[in-house]
Amino acid sequence: MEQNPQSVKPKRGIKFNKFLIGGILMFAAVVLLVITSLKGNAQYYLTIDELVSGKVNSGTSVRVSGVVLGDTITYDPRTMNLAFTVAHIPGDNDEIEARGGLAAVLHTAVLDPSANRLQVVYIGVQPDLLTNEAQAIMTGKLGEDGVFYADELLLKCPSRYEEGVPSQVAP
Amino acid sequence: MIGPIGYGTLVIALVTSLLAVVTSIYGGRSRSAAMLETARRAALITFPLLSISILALLILLISGHFEYTYVYQTTDLAMPLYLKIAALWGGQEGSLLFWCWLLAGFSFITLARKWKSENDLLPWVITVTSFTLFFFLILVLFFENPFHRYFITMDGQVVSSLLPPMMSLQADPPDGAGLNPLLRHFGMVVHPPALYLGFTGFVIPYAYAIAALITGRSDDQWIKSTRKWSLMAWLFLSIGLVLGSRWAYDVLGWGGYWAWDPVEISALIPWLTGTAYLHSMITQEKRGLFKHWTIALIVLTFCLVIFGTFLTRSGLLSSVHSFSESSIGPFFLAFIALMFLISLGLLLWRWNDLGSAYQIRSFFSKEGAFVLNNLLFVAIFLICLIGILFPIVSELVTGQKVTVGPPFYESATGPLFALLLLLMGVVPLTVWGAATASSLGRNIWLPAALALAAPGVALFLGATSWIALLSIWFVFFAVIATLMDTLKSIRLRSRVHKESGWQSFNNLVRHNRRRYGGYLIHIGVALMGLGIIGIEMFQTTTQGMVAEGESLQLSGYTFTYEKLELQDTPDGRNIAQASILISRDGREVGRVYPGSDYYYYSQQSVTRPGIHSTLSEDLYIVLVDWLEITAEGATFKVFRNPLINWLWIGTVVLILGTLVALWPSRERRPLALKEKA
Repeated sequence: MEQNPQSVKPKRGIKFNKFLIGGILMFAAVVLLVITSLKGNAQYYLTIDELVSGKVNSGTSVRVSGVVLGDTITYDPRTMNLAFTVAHIPGDNDEIEARGGLAAVLHTAVLDPSANRLQVVYIGVQPDLLTNEAQAIMTGKLGEDGVFYADELLLKCPSRYEEGVPSQVAP
Repeated sequence: MIGPIGYGTLVIALVTSLLAVVTSIYGGRSRSAAMLETARRAALITFPLLSISILALLILLISGHFEYTYVYQTTDLAMPLYLKIAALWGGQEGSLLFWCWLLAGFSFITLARKWKSENDLLPWVITVTSFTLFFFLILVLFFENPFHRYFITMDGQVVSSLLPPMMSLQADPPDGAGLNPLLRHFGMVVHPPALYLGFTGFVIPYAYAIAALITGRSDDQWIKSTRKWSLMAWLFLSIGLVLGSRWAYDVLGWGGYWAWDPVEISALIPWLTGTAYLHSMITQEKRGLFKHWTIALIVLTFCLVIFGTFLTRSGLLSSVHSFSESSIGPFFLAFIALMFLISLGLLLWRWNDLGSAYQIRSFFSKEGAFVLNNLLFVAIFLICLIGILFPIVSELVTGQKVTVGPPFYESATGPLFALLLLLMGVVPLTVWGAATASSLGRNIWLPAALALAAPGVALFLGATSWIALLSIWFVFFAVIATLMDTLKSIRLRSRVHKESGWQSFNNLVRHNRRRYGGYLIHIGVALMGLGIIGIEMFQTTTQGMVAEGESLQLSGYTFTYEKLELQDTPDGRNIAQASILISRDGREVGRVYPGSDYYYYSQQSVTRPGIHSTLSEDLYIVLVDWLEITAEGATFKVFRNPLINWLWIGTVVLILGTLVALWPSRERRPLALKEKA
């Protein structure tokens, strides 16, 4: 089935162009694919301060990160209407590090009454990780009423894989 | 004493790996045999040393030494033994040590066997593997040490440290915090080691490639020596990825299997370039083509492996996977940049030596198909990379983070994955070397026509999306074309050798394990594609709150909520379990028990979906919430996931195919000679 590769003489110039054009066409197709996919699917990733300060129009789909206030979680299993409030946390990694890491930032943000807060409504299953001091990353739109309507809800606990220092230790 | 022993051997391993790096470079340059033997021994000894460290940590975990931070954080008394063992890779520090141990083990296997034709590669293989190990051991020792203990200082604070701080007492917690409940799943026990085996496995072919560049050997020796390593690494990476999906499907309870989460993607991208590398490797061996490209791909794969390990730990990306953040980011980036630049420099230095005697001549030849395969995989990789880096880059450029989600990845990579499916069908019909469109056309029409039956059936069953119909056609085209080509070869052989069909098949596979292993892998991938098409394009869902005896409807099925049971277990859980009767047209289909486990200690609940599985679909039910006191009703979310099980079946086929390709074929040479005669 295999032919001896040396039996056919390669025609250099013409072939090279053919492959070059083919390659360019493919590359262009992929670039086009990326651009069309980016359009309409890219979202601003904002902090709550940025969102409530009116950085984007209400009605634009954005991604927001905040810390969950445990006492505010309400869930109606009949309608699957999940409502809770999140408080502002900085979005910048260096700033978070400077304030003693994510766990510390989340903890202080929950206790800080002056931090900007945002009411969130989400229709769906209540995630297992939705607890006090969890970091919520929500995708959705800010409504005219100032409530954030999330289509997607992702939760992240700093202690997700590892617990903190033991609370009661006997010497 | 166990902890200090484990820590001590870790320190010695660091020293020996550095010794191996230095002596191997010196030995490689001066060609001093004694120096090389020192390097080899130093590299070999790291494995037993790290085995002692691993063993020490394992003993601490199993025997419940909760004064050790790592043991406290990942285990508790109530955990079963297999989970205590799994805790070895369940946390950040342990998993990094485990990574090092695997790497040391792999280089041990490589260096322990006899060296003949590749002797001049040896020193540099040692250099690369030992340097990588050295880097990771620094991380373990100085940034993520699993042998830290808790101490109570004078002012009553609990600190975690290697050595006791001044005037402090060792803490002695009676019980640990336990492994995160979400991770207590079979898939999670096997998923990380499988991924790590895949990750570290790719270090070996990379080391050989670098050795080949340094020594200037432009032949295929490095590929021949590492072919099985690459396949094995690829196999484990594939298994790791699928197990992660399976875990997500079983545990996270959102009815899906893949979320385009940045960390998922960071494990996928070395798989993409690794797959491209496997194909490029074949083209180089068979036709001597693309030598630069093959090396570039293994370099890329290695860097992505390190990058993936780094992303999981850096906290740089928002992901459900993130370990707790740590400060090792810059070191990782520096290491990746260093390795990448050195590799690139070597490749450019040897660029002219790697020329190819042959040229690719036709789009329609087998090598043409391999090129297209490589381009598609690299394009998908680039799209994924754009996706995960988009938030970081956009923030640097515009000052505002912009993210992309699953819709981006789906719409950008979907068409390319579909083309890959199509290509899998075309490739068995192509020949190496000269080929024309018409010769390919002659072979293609029959399988293409036969495969049309599948979208026909789908249309009959009510599928209308043309994308779905086209993808289904591609899947069946790939399977049918592969089977037909095998059949053709069997017929030819049985005619020539006067054998029965079965004998011919047997002999064909025996003499050409790689080809037929590859075919089997392709069929497996096509079946996985079918499962993915099924759940991505035909998933239906409903949700609602029902009282006992009431029911939900979905796609012709009736789901009747029968009862809910709540009970406490001795291991600290509260289990809620609902019973759901599934029926269709008044006939019972099955009964499932969706539930939720609440872990008292960690105050976390874990959803357990109830799944009724058949080859044609999964009925996947999640117990969302229930009203405890009134027993008024419970809320359920129901998914119908058509064809999803073909994703898992396809994976098993893929594993079998890889094993066929990996199986040693000792008789190969004499038999091949006999055939020629």
